[in-house]
Parts: sequence; C-alpha cells; structure tokens
Amino acid sequence: MTDKTAGGDVRLAGISKHYGSFTAVHPLDLTIPQGSFFALLGASGCGKTTTLRMIAGLEEPSTGTVSLGEREVTHLPPYKRPVNTVFQSYALFPHLDIYENVAFGLRRRGIKSVKKQVEDMLELVELGQFAQRKPHQLSGGQQQRVAVARALVNHPQVLLLDEPLGALDLKLRRQMQLELKRIQTEVGITFVHVTHDQEEAMTMADTVAVMNGGRVEQLGAPAELYENPKTTFVANFLGTSNLIEAEVLEAGGSDVLVGSADARLRLPAARCSTTPTAGGKLLVGVRPEKISLVHAADEDTVAAGRNKVRGTISASSFIGVSTQYVIDSPVCPELEVYVQNIERDARLVPGAEVVLHWNPEHTFGLDAAQDIDAGIETVEEGA
Amino acid sequence: MRWLRRNLVVIFGLGTLAYMILPNVVVTVFSFNNPAGRFNYAWQEFSLDAWKDPCGVADLCGSLSLSLQIAVWATLGATVLGTAIAFALVRYRFRARGAVNSLIFLPMAMPEIVMAASLLALFLNMGIQLGFWTILIAHIMFCLSFVVAAVKARVLSMDPRLEEAARDLYAGPVQTFLRVTLPIAAPGIAAGALLSFALSFDDFIITNFNSGNTVTFPMFVWGSAQRGTPVQINVIGTAMFVIAVLVVLVGQMVGNRRKNAQPK
Repeated sequence: MTDKTAGGDVRLAGISKHYGSFTAVHPLDLTIPQGSFFALLGASGCGKTTTLRMIAGLEEPSTGTVSLGEREVTHLPPYKRPVNTVFQSYALFPHLDIYENVAFGLRRRGIKSVKKQVEDMLELVELGQFAQRKPHQLSGGQQQRVAVARALVNHPQVLLLDEPLGALDLKLRRQMQLELKRIQTEVGITFVHVTHDQEEAMTMADTVAVMNGGRVEQLGAPAELYENPKTTFVANFLGTSNLIEAEVLEAGGSDVLVGSADARLRLPAARCSTTPTAGGKLLVGVRPEKISLVHAADEDTVAAGRNKVRGTISASSFIGVSTQYVIDSPVCPELEVYVQNIERDARLVPGAEVVLHWNPEHTFGLDAAQDIDAGIETVEEGA
Repeated sequence: MRWLRRNLVVIFGLGTLAYMILPNVVVTVFSFNNPAGRFNYAWQEFSLDAWKDPCGVADLCGSLSLSLQIAVWATLGATVLGTAIAFALVRYRFRARGAVNSLIFLPMAMPEIVMAASLLALFLNMGIQLGFWTILIAHIMFCLSFVVAAVKARVLSMDPRLEEAARDLYAGPVQTFLRVTLPIAAPGIAAGALLSFALSFDDFIITNFNSGNTVTFPMFVWGSAQRGTPVQINVIGTAMFVIAVLVVLVGQMVGNRRKNAQPK
C-alpha cells in the first residue's frame, strides 16, 4: 500500500532533547529499517515517547537530524511529514463521527473522493457498521482501532504508536497485539511502537530498542535481547534474570571459570559483555527457566560439566504449567527457578535442600561495575 | 411516611421549580390584564389590548430595540475578546499571566454600583460623550469576565493531544483551529455568549450611570415604574421568556435528534 519509491528507513542521527537542564534524550543514533515493526521499550520517563514525538515532528530535537529515506525532515512541522501517529489516549475528535475522524487526514490533504478509502479502512479494522457513531459511543478497543484506521488511511511512510494498548485490559491487549501485527504485515508500513510492556514489545516487534535514562541500552531482535542481555537493566527489565556476583578465576580461553561462595561456574567467553580478567569481578546471569532442580539426595544424577549451585527452597508457587521456586543459596539469597510441571518431585517443598544445575552455554556474563538491581522495580508494569 | 421519604427529592425539586417560575407566571398573567389605573398591580379583567399593540406606549419599543442592539454588539465584542483571552491564559506562558488571571474576574467580584460610578468618572474625565458607545464599552467590559470563565473551563478540559492529532493529520495551524479547537470549545463560547446577552440586556445600574440621555429597556421600565406600569412591559417580558424557553427547547431537540441519528 505504501509508495515504495518514496519509502526508506527512518534515520535518527545524534538527536537529543533537553528541557532546560533536564536531558530527556541523550544524543541517539538509530536506524529503523523500512517495513519493520520496531519497538522502543522502557519504563516511563526513559525518553521513548520524546523520541517518538521527534519523529512525528511534535517535538523539535535540541540537536541532530531526523531523516525519512533520503529526505531530512528535522524542521518540518508535523502536518508536512508523511508520518502518522496513534496517540496514547487515541485523541479521537469527539465532535466528529467515526467516518469523519478517519477521513480527517485525507480531507486536509485536499482529496475529494474519500468514501472508498475510508470505508476500506473501516473494513480493515472491522468497524464498518460504526461509521456514524461518535467516538464516546465506542468501547476502548473499538476506539483504539479507529485511531489506527485514522492514521493508516493516509498511507504514511511510518506509523508511530505511542503506548496504543495502555488503556486496554489484559485480554483485549493480547487480542489487539495480534491484530496490530496482522495489520502491519498486511500493509507493510514501518511501525514504530512505544511501550513499557516488555511482553508486548517482544510479541510484536521484529527489533526492540531498550531505553533507559534517555539512552538506548541495547538493540536487537527480541530473542537476542532475552538470551544475550548486555546490561543488568536489560537482563532485569526483559523477563527475570538471576544475577550472581562472582570472581573470575580463569579467563583467556573459550570458557571463563568463575567462583562465588563454594560454587564454581563456567560460561562461554563469547557471552560476556565485557572482557573478563582473572581476579576481576563478573556478574553471572542465568534465566530462571534454564535451571533444573533436583533434591540434594539425588546430586549424583546431575551430569558432569553442568553448572551446579546448592541451596534451600525458601518459597514455591504453583502456577499451572510451571512451578516457581525461590532458592536461598550461598551465591545469591534469592535465586528464581521455573520448573515445568512434567514430573513433580514431592520432596521439593520449602525447606528442602536442593541442587540447581544448568548448561554452561545458557550462562551470560555482565560487567560487575553496574547496579545489579537496575530495571527490577519496573518489571511489574502498573496496568 | 415512607412515601414521603421516597419522594422527598422530587417534592423539593418541584418546590424549587415553582419558586423560580412563579414570578414569570405572574408577569405572564398580568400581561393579559386590563388595569383600572396607571399601575398594573391588581387584577381587573382579561384583555388582549396590550398584546395587540405592544409598542403602544411611547418610547417603549425604541428603548427595547436599543437594548437589543447593545446586547448583540456587547455579546459579540465580549465573546470574541473573552475567547481570545481565555485561550491566551490557558495556552501561553507570559509575564503577568497570573495577574491577568485574577484581575479578569474583578468585574465579577466588584459591587456593580462602585464600577458604575468609577466608569462614569473615567468617561467624564476623558471627555467622552455619554450614550450608545459608553454603554457598549461598559457592557463589553463586565461581560468579558463571564466569557473568559466559561471558555477557560472548556479549554482547560480539552485534551491538548487533539490538536496534536490534527497537526499530525495534515491540518496546518489555521485548519487545526477551525476544525478542531473551535468546534470543541464551542459549547463554552456559546455559554459565555448567552450569559453576555442576558447580562447586557437587563443591566440597569451601570447603564443608568453611563448612558447620558440614552434610554435602554431596563431604564425605561424603571422610569415608567415611577409614574405607572403599562401592561406592555409585561407583554415584552412574557415574550422574552417564551422566546428563551423556545430557544432552549429547540436546542435540546436538535441535540437529541443528533444523538438518535445513528443506525441501530
């Protein structure tokens, strides 16, 4: 549906935004490939919305440039940019009906026959029969779809979505995530999606940029970010990570050997975000679902070569498909372990002595100079 | 007893309504009176004379027409200026914004008689001829604060994202204002305008001080009350009341029809 010749990547070069002495966005370079579903993920106040507004033209960058394809648009007002936005609270015009809301952009550009386009667009979002209603007569999910239709009908080069699902309840949000993904695949327009919901970002986006304190912490495909976080913030903000403070005992080979309390752990040197040196510190991370759990009495059943940590179960919660355990161990007082409920060991109850073990390949290493708890508070979203 | 408790709110409501409407009823009833003397205070007999000849009293219709003219122009002036001020106060940060914000409501708070006297002193000192223009200037002044109050409330409650959305959807500044800002602020502006019209039309104190030889309708009523009250005054009053009620009814009907206009 987009005009391919006019398309192109969104390129942000050194853009930053200051409000007085407060820096909302530090100088930032970002290229968003044409046709991709790109997510800016971060807690509130991390600068993701400001970045989005600079692409829309609603905010002028303090430094740097914004380009769409070959064209620089840094100083163009929003109404001259081939970019449309789905606003957080939808911002539907309350005095116009749904049809006129969707037709608004077309009419402003002087297009005479809008009927076909508006009706097609309302069909795409499955709201054909609501054309004559006013926005306040629709449910939240329907309003959300109108907001998407109102933006998409203009065939923008880029569609910007500012927390578009924030106001919906969980079930509807899941539904709309799939819906938006379907629409994006159908129209092939670049979507830039701002969200604080890591699950939403990972479900929908091809590429996720995790932002924190006005900077991009890490950029990559969802799986890559999850498996290979480069900072403690990313490790904690995307899902849950067990981070163990350890001392590097051997470095230089393809594997790194570290020690924490009485445990000796191995991890691939390639999975360290810093270059470990013997005698230095390292934060060793492993995701809770990668860990297996056996009762201390069965310790000899653990295969050789796996990373092993001893501990005591301090809490367990059963949640259907899996059981989540919290383990008190000498290396870390609160290790989280998710175990699939395939064959449950009745001995694994709070107070039981256990051995945690996992494949060294699933271990990652982070620079120990960072705040080990960065990004933790924000894991649980407010909604 | 239980019946009373259940219907207490309705009874109070009806009571209040009666309290408000009673004066209008009296005015209407006495517009059909054929008074014995010069004063229309005691019921004599039913008559349509006054309704057949509403302008039958010297100067009455002249003063009425003047009052209507002043009310229309004052409404127009106060609405345009007040709307502009309201937008400026909400949307822009400028020096003395706080001062303007509170000073604008001074005319509402100040005793009218004080304002009337000060205005007269001002006009006399400036050597301005009292008459239509001084009345108009005074009316625009005291209507302004009401318009500002009404429009400000509306603009404050307006989501600034709506205008951003308009700009995002290819509407330039002028289009954004005409297509989005103004229509959404319209109820506030209309409320301010209606208030202005009503306030200007029946203002007596300030007008009386600053009118010179010009006589508006309220001044005419006041003046004639000294010598006798012609039935025509009740006729005009009743007509105004009926017109106002009709305007409200038509407005509500249009609103309802719009609401019911959608399929299903």
